[in-house]
Amino acid sequence: MKETLQELKKKIAKRKFYNKIFAFIGFISTTVGIILLAVLFIDLAIDGAQRISYKFFTSFPSRFPEEAGILSAWVGTCLVMIVTAAAAVPLGVGAGIYLEEYAKKNWFTNLIEININNLAGVPSIIYGLLALGLFVYFFNFGESVLTGGLALALLILPIVIMATREAIRAIPNSMREAAYALGATKWQTVKDHIIPYSIGGILTGIIIGMSRAIGETAPIITVGALTFIAFLPPSPIEPEFPFLNFKWLMAPFTVMPIQMFNWVSRPQQAFHLNAAAAGIVLLVMTLLMNALAIYIRYKFRKKIKW
Amino acid sequence: MLKRLLSVVLVIVVAMTFAKAVSAAEKIVKIDGSSTVYPVTEAVAEEFQKAKKGAIKVTVGISGTGGGFKKFCRGETDISDASRPILEKEMQLCKENGIQYIELPVAYDGLAVMVNPKNNWVTSMTVAELKMLWEPAAQGKITKWNQIRKEWPDKKINLYGAGADSGTFDYFTEAITGKSKSSRGDFTASEDDNVLVQGIAGDLYSLGFFGLAYYEENHDKLKLVAIDNGKGPVIPSEKTVKDGTYQPLSRPIFIYVNAKSAEKPEVKEFVEFYMKNAAKLVRQVKYIALPDAIYKKGLDRFQKKEIGTVFGGDAKIGATIDDLFKTKPKI
Repeated sequence: MKETLQELKKKIAKRKFYNKIFAFIGFISTTVGIILLAVLFIDLAIDGAQRISYKFFTSFPSRFPEEAGILSAWVGTCLVMIVTAAAAVPLGVGAGIYLEEYAKKNWFTNLIEININNLAGVPSIIYGLLALGLFVYFFNFGESVLTGGLALALLILPIVIMATREAIRAIPNSMREAAYALGATKWQTVKDHIIPYSIGGILTGIIIGMSRAIGETAPIITVGALTFIAFLPPSPIEPEFPFLNFKWLMAPFTVMPIQMFNWVSRPQQAFHLNAAAAGIVLLVMTLLMNALAIYIRYKFRKKIKW
Repeated sequence: MLKRLLSVVLVIVVAMTFAKAVSAAEKIVKIDGSSTVYPVTEAVAEEFQKAKKGAIKVTVGISGTGGGFKKFCRGETDISDASRPILEKEMQLCKENGIQYIELPVAYDGLAVMVNPKNNWVTSMTVAELKMLWEPAAQGKITKWNQIRKEWPDKKINLYGAGADSGTFDYFTEAITGKSKSSRGDFTASEDDNVLVQGIAGDLYSLGFFGLAYYEENHDKLKLVAIDNGKGPVIPSEKTVKDGTYQPLSRPIFIYVNAKSAEKPEVKEFVEFYMKNAAKLVRQVKYIALPDAIYKKGLDRFQKKEIGTVFGGDAKIGATIDDLFKTKPKI
């Protein structure tokens, strides 16, 4: 111990310096993300804001940029998202719970786990091709809202499964043991404890998946979504009994990203403004979904007392 | 208990509505195919639906000329948009599935070769020079302007062109190098022509090709190159494309109508509307309209149900307006 106080101070100063450097790098990394989003949004807003009006939401596509709107696109996107959620949520959450709570841990489940992780990295066009073969030709669903929704459901299934498993894994084992100690069956444990405690994480995964799905173009084009469609699918709600209508599942459709893609590739500058405006709408739709997820997570977290 | 009752009711409701969903056939005209033809068909579809007050529905997709024919020859669509004549293997596919079709030209489209507006050395190029520049053998070898003509600058040439999935790329390569899809690979390719416009506008030593309509919208950012096909340089314009002097980079674009679908009153009405209103609508979307007499001939061919193609499965280069109706279509 020949170190003098001077040397010690030097070392401490050095460490503090490193600490500051890392904080600085971290800060820059964070701001890059935020600034990118802000620049993107401002750029879109400058171009597109002038086009956003009530008429823009209630008009069909047109050859005149000033008259063209996104009615068929946003309705299509909403309907497709409903189908996607209805298919991907029960399947994904079910699979996640089974793998985490019920399945035995052996080489086979490990293999499944690796495969699910790999599936999350498969390019989206591949899911489109799969859906084309499976839903359009084999099941004969046609080029419909149902096919589009299921194609996107396949795409986000791995994301939902992984998020569900992560969320369940975060629950301390003592919770399960306590439930079993009181004589609860596995199902009771899952229903009353596992799902409520992990719902926040599961919902986050679902929303991340849905946010990815809403912006996808490739698989939707592959399964035959249209570009020009100047009518809406039949309404899901009708005045007579039985009040619900599922004809819309079989209707032809288009979605927001396809409409944007088409406008961006047109020569006329005015169509590019439309594309920017549609971009703002799509961005706001995504942000709204995220806001919803944050709100739900907050509500559920308040209930958990551990 | 109430919850359980509710879910039973819900299941019944869902089951009943599904049963209901199976019925109902609507009057829909289904169109898919080339994104080059899309703006024309979109305009016609828009006007047609307005005229019919929504009684007949029209849908238009953009799977590309090739993708469109795949669906068309499986009988999935009523009409296929095409930026080139139907090819031999597509004719074969249609034949296998018993699909017969009526070929109708709807407009003219010109491909333009463009350079930066500050480029003061290029005013025209011969087809041979373009071939030397774009053929596969040029890859990595022809990289400087002065390799094409000695008096041009000793600077690297930056190339821009349409992406390999587009009919535009197919047509340009066929017209210039003599073989469809045969091109050098070291150029900036984009399916989005606006990307190409930006690229050329910002680069003094650039050269690129794409649809003439994009030049019309950006003429302050680009400079047209006149093309010399052996008869002196010709600048592309509505006039030179129409009278057939701008060769070989002008082409007719088509719709193909499924002959069986043409029996359906809604498809028949739509196609007749197309032929009668095309001249006006084509101009509105900045394409080059065919002469009125040609649309009349098209209508006539449709009403007489003359099936087949006049091109015999060949993506004929530099088809002139006269070629479209010179011979009877054959299967």
